[in-house]
Formats: sequence, C-alpha cells, structure tokens
Amino acid sequence: MKFPWKLMTGACLWFAGLPAFAAVNVVACEPEWAALAREVAGDNATVYSATTALQDPHHIEARPSLIARVRNADLVVCAGSELEVGWLPLLLVQSGNRKIQPGNPGYFEAGQFVQKLEVPKTLDRSMGDIHPGGNPHIQTDPRNIAKVATALIARFEQIDAANAEAYRTRGKVFLDRWQAGVSRWEQQAAPLKGMAVVTHHKDWTYLEAWLGLREAGTLEPMPGVPPTPAHLAELVEGMQRQPAKLIIYSAYNDPKAAAFLSQRTRIPAVMLPFTVGGSDKAIDLFSLFDDTIARLVAAAR
Amino acid sequence: MFRSKATALAVVAAVAMPVCQLAHAATDDDLKELREQVRQLREQYEQRIGALEARLKEAERASGEAQVAAGQAAATADQAVAQSSNRPASEGAFNPAVSFILNGTYGNLSRDPAGFRINGFVPTQGEVAPPGRGFSLGESEIAFAANIDQNFRGTLIASLSPDEKIEVEEGFLQTLGLADGLTVKAGRFFSAVGYQNEIHAHAWDFTDAPLVNKAFLGNQFADDGVQVKWIAPTDAYFDLGLELGRGRKFPGGPDGGRSKNGFGSGTLFAHLGGDISDSTAWKLGVSHLRTSPRDRSYTDVDSTGTTVNNSFSGTSRLWALGGILKWAPNGNATVTNLKLQGEYFRRAESGDLIYDTALASLGTQSGGFQSRQSGWYAQGVYQFMPQWRAGYRYDRLSPGSTGLGLVDSGALTAADFPVLAAYAPTRSTFMVDWSGSEFSRIRLQFARDQSRRDATDNQVFLQYIMSLGAHGAHTF
Ligand SMILES: [Zn+2]
Repeated sequence: MKFPWKLMTGACLWFAGLPAFAAVNVVACEPEWAALAREVAGDNATVYSATTALQDPHHIEARPSLIARVRNADLVVCAGSELEVGWLPLLLVQSGNRKIQPGNPGYFEAGQFVQKLEVPKTLDRSMGDIHPGGNPHIQTDPRNIAKVATALIARFEQIDAANAEAYRTRGKVFLDRWQAGVSRWEQQAAPLKGMAVVTHHKDWTYLEAWLGLREAGTLEPMPGVPPTPAHLAELVEGMQRQPAKLIIYSAYNDPKAAAFLSQRTRIPAVMLPFTVGGSDKAIDLFSLFDDTIARLVAAAR
Repeated sequence: MFRSKATALAVVAAVAMPVCQLAHAATDDDLKELREQVRQLREQYEQRIGALEARLKEAERASGEAQVAAGQAAATADQAVAQSSNRPASEGAFNPAVSFILNGTYGNLSRDPAGFRINGFVPTQGEVAPPGRGFSLGESEIAFAANIDQNFRGTLIASLSPDEKIEVEEGFLQTLGLADGLTVKAGRFFSAVGYQNEIHAHAWDFTDAPLVNKAFLGNQFADDGVQVKWIAPTDAYFDLGLELGRGRKFPGGPDGGRSKNGFGSGTLFAHLGGDISDSTAWKLGVSHLRTSPRDRSYTDVDSTGTTVNNSFSGTSRLWALGGILKWAPNGNATVTNLKLQGEYFRRAESGDLIYDTALASLGTQSGGFQSRQSGWYAQGVYQFMPQWRAGYRYDRLSPGSTGLGLVDSGALTAADFPVLAAYAPTRSTFMVDWSGSEFSRIRLQFARDQSRRDATDNQVFLQYIMSLGAHGAHTF
C-alpha cells in the first residue's frame, strides 16, 4: 500500500498556510519591546511580554509558561547584548520552534540597531556581572527606541508581507509622533543638564547620555552585586564631600538602599518606571517618558 | 515482552504528535525544493525592498523632510556600525561557550562514608555515598556548548573526579527547532525520569541527592540513547517525550550495558506547567523508566560472614511523580523567593536473583526475585534576603515487599541477604547557603541520615561551588 504522503503534505501545507491570515504572534522579552511591537503592528500582532516592569530582566526563571509562549511565537523581540543570557537561550533551545532561532527573521535583538555604550575593554567577572556587548539597557534613551522601531517595522514587513503596507503606514505615524515626543521631552528636561545623579544599577546610562546627566556613583558596588553596607557607607561619605542632586532607582529595584542613602545624605531619591508598567502612569511608551521626565524634573526642583 | 511494550509506548507517543510532522519527515526531499524556492523568493524580495527603501530615503532627504529622514539615516548608519563591530574578528569567535565548575567539601560525619548503604534496597553500584570526611575535592566539571549549525546544538560535559578519572557526564546533540515543537536529543544525557535527575549536581539545592535518586537511580541516571520531545501548541505548557537508551547503568545493567542490538531502557514522560500569577509558577511531571537488566550485580555479606556477589536479571519498572513550585513577590526573585519541590518514586522489579556468583561461600544458586518499593522526598528552599538562602529536605523510603525464591524454598535464609531485609530509611537535611554572585556559592549543610539500619549518621558539610567562564542558564 502506498501512503498518500503527497496529498497529506499538501493538506498540511494548506493548514500551515492558514496562520498567515491570523495575527503575528510576538513574544517580547521586556515590556518596552512589547509596547513598541503594539505601536507599530496594532491589530496585526498579538503581543505577549515575558516579563513585567517589576521583574529584574537580568534574572528571570525560564518558566514552563514562557517556553510554551516561545514555542508558538512567530517573532521574538528582545534587548539582546546578553541581558537575557540567563534565561532566553533556554527558552529558544527548548521551544522546538525554528522560526525564532537566532539568524532567522523571527529573532529580533533590539540592541543590534543602536550604538552601545560602556562596551568593556577587558572582561573580568571581578568587575561584576558585566555585559560583554555593552550596556544592554538601551530603552532609557528614546532616540534608541526610534532606531529600533525603524528596524522592527522592516522586520514586521518581512515576516508578514501581506500587511507590509499597514506596518509602513503605522510605523510612519508612530515615528512622527515619537519625534515630536523626543523634542518635547528634551525641552522639558533641559534644566536637568549637567545634574549629578546616583543610580541603583547601571541601567540609566543611556538616559544620562541623552539628557547630559552626570553619574556620580551607583548603589551597587559592581554591576549585578547587591548594595553592601560598606559600599553604602563609602557613598554617604563621598556624597557629603560632593553631593549629587538625585538618587535614581528603577521600579524593579529593592528601594531600601536608595532610601538609606537618601536619609543619610538628604538627597532626594526618585523611583523611575524604567519600562512600561513601572508606574501607574507609564501605560505605553509615550506615557513612560512623560512620567520619567516629570518625575525627574519634580524631584530635582 | 519488554520490546513489544516499549514499541507500543513508542507508537502511542508517535500518534500523539501531530500527523503533519510525519508527513513533513516523510517528504523531506519534496519539501526541500519548495523551501529553496521560498528562500530564493524571499531573498529577491528583501533585495527589492532594500533598494526601494534606499530610494525612498533619498527622495525624503531631497524633499526636505529632514528630521525623520535624518533620524532614519542615522539609524541605518548606527546599524552598520553596530553590525560591523559585532562581526567576529577571527575564527576564534566561533569557539563554543566553555565553563568550568569547581566543587569541594569539608565533611564531618559520625559514620564512615566508605561503609554507606541504604538498607532494605538493592545496592546500585552508583556514587551514592555522601562526600568524605575532612577536606575533599568534589567532582570538577568542564562544559562546552555551541550551536553546530542551523540545525543542531552540541553539548559536552565532562566530570573530573578527584581520583583523576575523567568521565563523560553528558555529551549530546540536540535539534534546533526541528518543527512544530519537536526536539530530538541524541548521545549521552541525563534521563527525564523524575525532576531532580536532569539537574546537574552544581545546581542542586543540597550537597547530595535525595534518597529516592540514590536508591532507585544510582544517584543520577544518564544513558546513551535518543530522546524525542514534543511541546504542545498551547499557552499552558505541556510536553510529551520518549527516550530509548542502552541501559548502561543502574537500574539497567550490567555496568556499561548489555551487548545487544536494540535498546535496554525506555522512558516515557509528560510535564504540565504554568503560572498561577506573576508571582507563582509551577510544573508537574510524571515519568516511567523501564529497563531489562542482565547480571546486574551487587555485594552483600551472607550468614557465614563472607562477602558474596549476587546478581539480578529481569525487568525493572520505575514510576516517578513530581512537582515544583517557585514563588517570588511579583516574580522578582532578587530579594526573597521560595522554591518547593517534591517527588514520589515507585519501583517494581521481577526476575531471577543469583546468589554467590563467584562461588565464594555457600555455592552459586538461583531463585526468583520480586520487589515492590517506594519512596519520596519534599524540600523547600527560601531566600530570606539577597544572597542568603535556607532550606530543609525530608527523605523517606518504604521497603514495601521483597520476595526471594531461595529463601521461600528454604535453600538459603533471610540472613544470607541482610541488605535486602525490610527497613525504612529516613533523612532530615538542613542547609544555609550564601551566593556572592550568580557564579559562586558557599553552603553549610547538616543532615541526620538513617539510611543504615544500625547507625544514625550525623553529617556536617561545608561546600563551595564556583562556576567560571560562560554564563550558564538554569532550567526551571
Ligand atoms: Zn544590567
């Protein structure tokens, strides 16, 4: 008996073709990239964020639910630069999904499309958990988001060619609005220029470069190492000699260290949302930067 | 009988996977052509889009839409910069990720670990004894892993034991996104029987393995074979898998496996998992390992006080049921988190037991052997502040029933098989550990081990586990 493989293959291809009419299944590693995918794809994509703003993107469990999501994804959008090195590779390998393996159109690393800062010259873990590809927290500079958006629009056009026109149109509208937003935020933040800040982790580097802030220290003694009493004591002493204007920590950071330093030095500490969902007001990318700048300006006053 | 049942298992697993995958596999050649055409189409398409984009940009620039166009051009330029700086400088960039694990203990034990046994259970010939007294270097580990090409990923993990033996712990290839949630592994790998068995020792939450793993899997069961795993296309996690192996270690045997075609072990497993909220994630697993050991030997001291070698031939069936739950406030594990884990094992063995194979005491004799035994453990590990964790584990084995033909017939007495005499081993373990970073951990562990019928072993271990090199990723 000859099994009708050809016929079956035909039927399977037909079925496999069906999802082309459905929305593109996007899994974003972080909420900012989920929000960006929603902006540029609209109803043409269903978007799932693997993490929330209250979670530390460096340390995420490769949970079964995430493997299931990645297994069904058409496009995975992540920061890259080894930010997700502790969990994303596992999700990719275990998913059994060819589309989203690195090198395929379904794998998108935002960090590839911007100029990275703090690329280490030497790699030694005695300097903490440093990222060999440079600082991965690129989303704190909105100009980076525009660059990533441009690349992401092109990627959507490639993956879902049938709706290419829609992505182009939506993308153009977003980029224009975003450009206006960046000008507005720059205007609002102009008085902050030259201000010295202490941050919890080195995750505000791009914002500092954008607004011309000066980093006067971090609460972590080294990247990824939790604040120690000895290091905090050192910071207190340093701040008495040369005080910073603000202490910045992110929504996912433990606020204790910032509160401690603030209390000892009378330097105001401000929580910034860091990504979409990090504060009540930060519900999308626009409100994320509206709220971030508003909080900075209010705290620095 | 074993073969036919295992084949039946394979058929069930295959049928459970979408029929389309079979079609894909069968007409690979037909598809290759199609894929090539699609690829070429896509390439042409991309080139055309690229050209159009460039022209569009030119036009935009010319027509004075300066801001947006400049932004886009800058993005393109940056992209070029980023990509050129990302380009590997030499062929060394293709080197696999390499990592090393350093592991050592200081042990203080009230009983000599050399005499360790688990009473009531067939000795496994595995490395089940606790770490030694005083200072000792544990097993160091070297791991290499890399994508081989677009189709395969390779992993080699070798362990260097302190007595200068090198052993391949795992060495396997794995398909990269074969199709529709299917993954195939081939080589030597830790079997997916139970939860703890698949985890490398350096990622364990306690210094040594649960008693069920020691008694039923000879500490850790790695077989040479093939694994096929399928993940369901659902939002909740569900997987189904099948392993066929050589049966090279306990509960298979003899050590190294039989010289026979086909396979000597078969495992079937399924996992279900999901999130309860942002804070809580869970996974449940059920698995069945079936082996057909021949001349699987162990030593015991018979009624005359002589050390004799006995061996078992027959079938061994093991069921494992386990679950894990992880909790962290809002799913952020940096400050506090909790991990609960437990497994239940049940084993049935039937066949023949040969007493005194080397003719050292009362003469070689053979009789029937039947046993039904079980065991479980439950453990919890809580991170109470950054870098600090504390944990407790309780182990219990149940001897169930063991029937020896040679004793029933009166040829020998139960005193000739003392290690098999019914006994219910228990153990309580407490640990606290400190992790300076993701790469280093120092642990202090206390255990009250009653694996031996005649003596309680109070154990204290001070252990370090250090990892060097590539950043590892840990399974859930
Ligand atoms: Zn970081």
